[in-house]
Amino acid sequence: MMGYGLLASGSSFLDGAAFGNGVVLAVFGLAAWAGYYARGNEIWRQALGEVFRRRRLSVFVLGLYVALALADSISWVGGSDRADGVLAHEAQSLVDRWFSGTTEKSYSAPLASAEFYDKTPLTRPRAHVLGTNILGQDVLYMTVKGARVALLIGGLTSLIAIPLALLFGMAAGYFGGRIDDVVFFVMSTLASMPGILLLIALIMVLGQSTFSVCVALGVTSWVNFCRLARGETMKLRELDYVAAARALGVSHAAILWRHILPNLMHLVVISFVLLFSSLVLAEATLAWLGIGVNGSWGQMIAQAKDELSRDPIVWWNVTAAGVAVFVLLLAVNRIGDALRDVLDPRTLGEGK
Amino acid sequence: MSSLLSVQGLTTTFPIAGARVPVLREVSFQVEAGRCLALVGESGSGKSMTALSVLRLVPRPGRVEAGTVSLAGRDLMGLSVPEMRRVRGREVAMIFQEPMTSLNPVVSVGAQVVEAILLHEKVSAEAARARTVELFRRVGIPDPGARFQAFPHQLSGGLKQRVVIAMALALRPTVLLADEPTTALDVTVQAQILELLRELQAESKTAILLITHDFGVVNQLADEIAVMYAGRIVETGTRQDVLRAPSHPYTQGLLRALPGRAQTGERLQEIPGRMPQPADVPSGCPFAPRCPEALAACSDWEPRFSVLGTRRVACLRRPESPVGPTGGTA
Repeated sequence: MMGYGLLASGSSFLDGAAFGNGVVLAVFGLAAWAGYYARGNEIWRQALGEVFRRRRLSVFVLGLYVALALADSISWVGGSDRADGVLAHEAQSLVDRWFSGTTEKSYSAPLASAEFYDKTPLTRPRAHVLGTNILGQDVLYMTVKGARVALLIGGLTSLIAIPLALLFGMAAGYFGGRIDDVVFFVMSTLASMPGILLLIALIMVLGQSTFSVCVALGVTSWVNFCRLARGETMKLRELDYVAAARALGVSHAAILWRHILPNLMHLVVISFVLLFSSLVLAEATLAWLGIGVNGSWGQMIAQAKDELSRDPIVWWNVTAAGVAVFVLLLAVNRIGDALRDVLDPRTLGEGK
Repeated sequence: MSSLLSVQGLTTTFPIAGARVPVLREVSFQVEAGRCLALVGESGSGKSMTALSVLRLVPRPGRVEAGTVSLAGRDLMGLSVPEMRRVRGREVAMIFQEPMTSLNPVVSVGAQVVEAILLHEKVSAEAARARTVELFRRVGIPDPGARFQAFPHQLSGGLKQRVVIAMALALRPTVLLADEPTTALDVTVQAQILELLRELQAESKTAILLITHDFGVVNQLADEIAVMYAGRIVETGTRQDVLRAPSHPYTQGLLRALPGRAQTGERLQEIPGRMPQPADVPSGCPFAPRCPEALAACSDWEPRFSVLGTRRVACLRRPESPVGPTGGTA
């Protein structure tokens, strides 16, 4: 299998230091813009306030994951060569630096003071809260690093899939006719192929990297939301305020942008959440098949399949990754659920 | 051709079972500036379709097959799509019947009116905002500055309809198409809205095409009446004439069915049967199967318009003064 470097190394530019720092900037920029937009829009301001009130814990948990992912994305070159083989000229993230020098020789149980099999004392006894893996890497460290991969897979892929689905879905639903025929044909074609085979084929074609996994997942996952967006647009198209906008001389593009899209936003939010969850899980499936993303929780779980058959059992690796996935997806789903409740235009003004 | 809005021979069709079935047939009428023409008729008689045809917004797959719509002498049917878009809202505005659904639920009502203004006029956002607040004041929305920020679900039906009216009036259109503007409102609010429309009309000399099936509304607002049946106009005349002395058997039937005219204890008279679906409109006079005065000939000939004073009636039984070689010149 793919070995772990301290930097989860990959062939793609997506794993480079410059990209990581760029992502951090982009995330902060996006958050600032979203905050500014939400402040100016009463519905979103109320909705977000309501979600923060109702889902304090989930928001906190998600914030923690995001913070860890960002900490693992901010990286720079510097420091001295390390005993565990990381050279000073390699870029290291904040997380890498926190856990610098924690690598042991082999497995050790959580908080153990000796190695799991040959009982030689650890260099850092009782310091590995979640134990160490087969290469002696701290499992807490690997788990924390997985947050960045998971958010990258879920977030980047959604950024590919959702705009694509919205564009095609809204065009098909609003204009109907030939455009609808073409979009529906593409959707049906994609939906008729077994998803996992298509995924594997795409990754084989694109080459195995974080980015190509995201693209492959994006291409295979936009269909469901596209169908939803198409149906909802068809419904909205018939509403009086669309007719009223037409009667005021508003162009089709402006109607789609100003009147249809805002009324689809609650669907975008809920779809984003569902998609995000299913993408993180889909990556785990791919990792199981050996074509996942380096350093993902899916890969940790996939590697644990042998560990689980050992005696005594090595359980901490799979447990850490499993719990990390579970808690993240639970928090995301809880937040998405609350957001859907407060954003659905049909229930606006009811739940107060 | 002195009329502000003049519609001639408007025919709109929908494809049903392979054939193009007319939902409007040779509809003709005129509205003068500062006057109000009421289009009355049962549901499905083509009233709303007439308004949509005037704006060239007939939903697909329907289309306007024939006819001219001229606004102050300019033929709207000949305009390009962008030209037509500039006419909509700016010169001809429409009020929809359902205030609950004719406002976008996720945009504040003020922003929606501002959008309409900015769409057609190059003014600053602040100017558009100030004008919107002024419009809100003019249509009788209390505390217009605060209501600007409100979302549709925070307003009552009456307030929402005022917002819709404000939006329609935002660009000072010369023609207002009001599609059942008060149907969704309760009676007291209805009276206020009609009063408002009348004031606004008197102020700005707007021509109103009022679409309604409510003779109470007609009585309060209309100057002239055009009665529609199965996609055709069957009778036109001044309000007083048509209401006091309806001539077409259909108009007579409609008025006989009004509770206000009946004696206490007397059963209201209904028109037997139903209005035919567009695909099933019989040849000859479309009303003949339900008409108490129908002759055998009524099913054979489509009636032409007869002129009785200021009034035109399409009925074989009113042959006082037949005009024109074709029907449909009102």
